[in-house]
Amino acid sequence: MKRFRRILEKFIEGILLSSSTITSLTVILIILFLFREGLGLFNRSPLEHNFIIAVSKQNPVQDLSSDQLKAIFNQDITNWSKVGGVKDSIILFTINDITNYFSEEELGASLENLPQKLNEFIEANPGALMHVSEKYLPKKFNGHTIHVKNISVGDFLFGKQWYPTSEPIPSFGIWPMIIGTFLVTFGALLIALPLGLATALFLAEVADIRLRNLVKPLVELLAGIPSVVYGFFGLIVIVPLIQGLFKLDVGETVLAGSIVLGIMALPTIVTIAEDALRTTPLSLKEASLALGATRWQTLRKVTIPYAKSGISAAVILGIGRAIGETMAVLMVTGNASNVPHSFLVPARTLPATIAAELGEAPYGGLHFKALFALGIVLFLFTIIINLTVAYIRNREKK
Amino acid sequence: MIQAEAKNVNFYYGDFHALKNISMTFEPSTVTALIGPSGCGKSTFLRLFNRMNELIGNTKLEGSVTVDGKDIYARDVQVDEIRKRIGMVFQKPNPFPKSIYENVAYGLRVNGTNKKSVLDEVVENSLKKAALWEEVKDNLRKSAMALSGGQQQRLCIARALAVEPHLLLMDEPASALDPISTSKVEDLIFELKQQYTIIIVTHNLQQAGRISDYTGFFYLGSLIEHDKTQKMFLNPADERTQSYITGRFG
Ligand SMILES: Nc1ncnc2c1ncn2[C@@H]1O[C@H](COP(=O)(O)OP(=O)(O)OP(=O)(O)O)[C@@H](O)[C@H]1O
Ligand SMILES: [Mg+2]
Repeated sequence: MKRFRRILEKFIEGILLSSSTITSLTVILIILFLFREGLGLFNRSPLEHNFIIAVSKQNPVQDLSSDQLKAIFNQDITNWSKVGGVKDSIILFTINDITNYFSEEELGASLENLPQKLNEFIEANPGALMHVSEKYLPKKFNGHTIHVKNISVGDFLFGKQWYPTSEPIPSFGIWPMIIGTFLVTFGALLIALPLGLATALFLAEVADIRLRNLVKPLVELLAGIPSVVYGFFGLIVIVPLIQGLFKLDVGETVLAGSIVLGIMALPTIVTIAEDALRTTPLSLKEASLALGATRWQTLRKVTIPYAKSGISAAVILGIGRAIGETMAVLMVTGNASNVPHSFLVPARTLPATIAAELGEAPYGGLHFKALFALGIVLFLFTIIINLTVAYIRNREKK
Repeated sequence: MIQAEAKNVNFYYGDFHALKNISMTFEPSTVTALIGPSGCGKSTFLRLFNRMNELIGNTKLEGSVTVDGKDIYARDVQVDEIRKRIGMVFQKPNPFPKSIYENVAYGLRVNGTNKKSVLDEVVENSLKKAALWEEVKDNLRKSAMALSGGQQQRLCIARALAVEPHLLLMDEPASALDPISTSKVEDLIFELKQQYTIIIVTHNLQQAGRISDYTGFFYLGSLIEHDKTQKMFLNPADERTQSYITGRFG
């Protein structure tokens, strides 16, 4: 009997150990995966599908940045001298242009002559810039390939353009989304903080026990509502309201996102702040009241200072909730990818972008990796937030 | 002359009848000890005098409580005004997590007194009265939480004295302290009685004997006997008092 018990205990111990190992490993694997995919954006050519940029042998230009290439393809730059070459106009050549120069007979039925024709073309046009797939290059190529600079972290973070599928060079600048995320979150806090803290104060200090036992679960229930429902509510009620109120063309704005997120962050802020306020020992409140302080003086000078770190934690966790929220924001902010300059314009946020675009980004492609890089940025934001909370809580314990 | 008085007081926590028809008077510049077994209502009675029982919901009070001739439960009375004139020291030292200085200044600050010269003087005087000045005068900005338990309790006494109360309520102020701190607090009470009327709850009968002029014995919510301390201890009228004092119950 005793033996059996010991074996059973060992068995349970084993299960607990392996469960926690699996959990930790899963988390680590997810983070590793996130970083592997996301960082992949930064150490490869920004050209997709094995395409390369090639120029004639005589051309002294060795490398170009994404921005320069984009400018060339947009015809903003038309002369090699602008990008460090000789004074010669740039002749753009993409594979689709081939039929403008050669007939189908010349190319052959299955394009078997294409490599050779490319050679001829580049010889005839020293100012050419070719955007072709690597596989069409002839063995003895008369030109050289241009090294296209990798996407830098700076370009990624501070770039203002997000055209993840544009050809031949996509743009992955997430600055508009960082600003969008911050604006929406900031607006949400502006709404949720006063409301949430006031509610917490009311519940902890003013409401009698019966009212509190009614309202607190209700507020906590708010946290359980799926975010699509909030988004739907925002879309149907808040968006038209904003549109009408401010006479806008579209109601899907930063403000709409802030309001919806603010409502969503309320339960977190109320619950945690109220818990914090209630940790203030009765003996301190009694001491204050016994000295003739009024209820409000006691609240201001004793209860709130005592609960300060808990209240800060509530605020920061509220931010955390808001910053990572996806669905509702996606539905009400309009998803415009330019840098928002006010609360009354459309914007998009980091998580909303990931949610909206991941489905259509080809697996393993640049776009796909860029979305993972977005994920890293978001992950870092939330990590910072959580560390701050941990720090504040820790400091409180000491 | 009477400093404080309870007249035909009944007090209920919900249905529970905690104080039963108690009448008791307190003269100025005297120390009255309230004794009795645990749960007999001493704290409840003490807290009537600064309306602390109101913090608990669902209670009922009958009868009248007067301080300085004024019914403190009258409709036109502001409870925080009342409490300014009545100091209270609790069983467990409960300094605010602020500096020593700010603890003592608290009562004045909530009263609207923020002038530094006034505060400095009151803080010094109060700490002197509470026999703590010599120990902390160089560290007034230090956190009160860093003081020892006995020092904290004297700080709480200084804090109560700073608002110059007429009446000082003490609920087992020395029960959480070591013997040396206890005797310091006792000496202090003896000093303070020159200027203040003190009501003190204590479980320590020797303490009651040492420091009080009058003693009231509570039992099951009733005031059994209230008389000069000497009389109570040497020649009590009621045999329940006798049994309690001789340690036969409680
Ligand atoms: N908040 C409360 N709610 C309900 N009953 C209470 C409350 N506080 C005290 N009582 C009850 O009232 C009675 C008197 O309590 P009180 O605290 O006044 O006793 P006490 O004489 O001070 O006891 P002790 O010596 O243990 O401090 C006790 O029976 C107690 O259970
Ligand atoms: Mg008591």
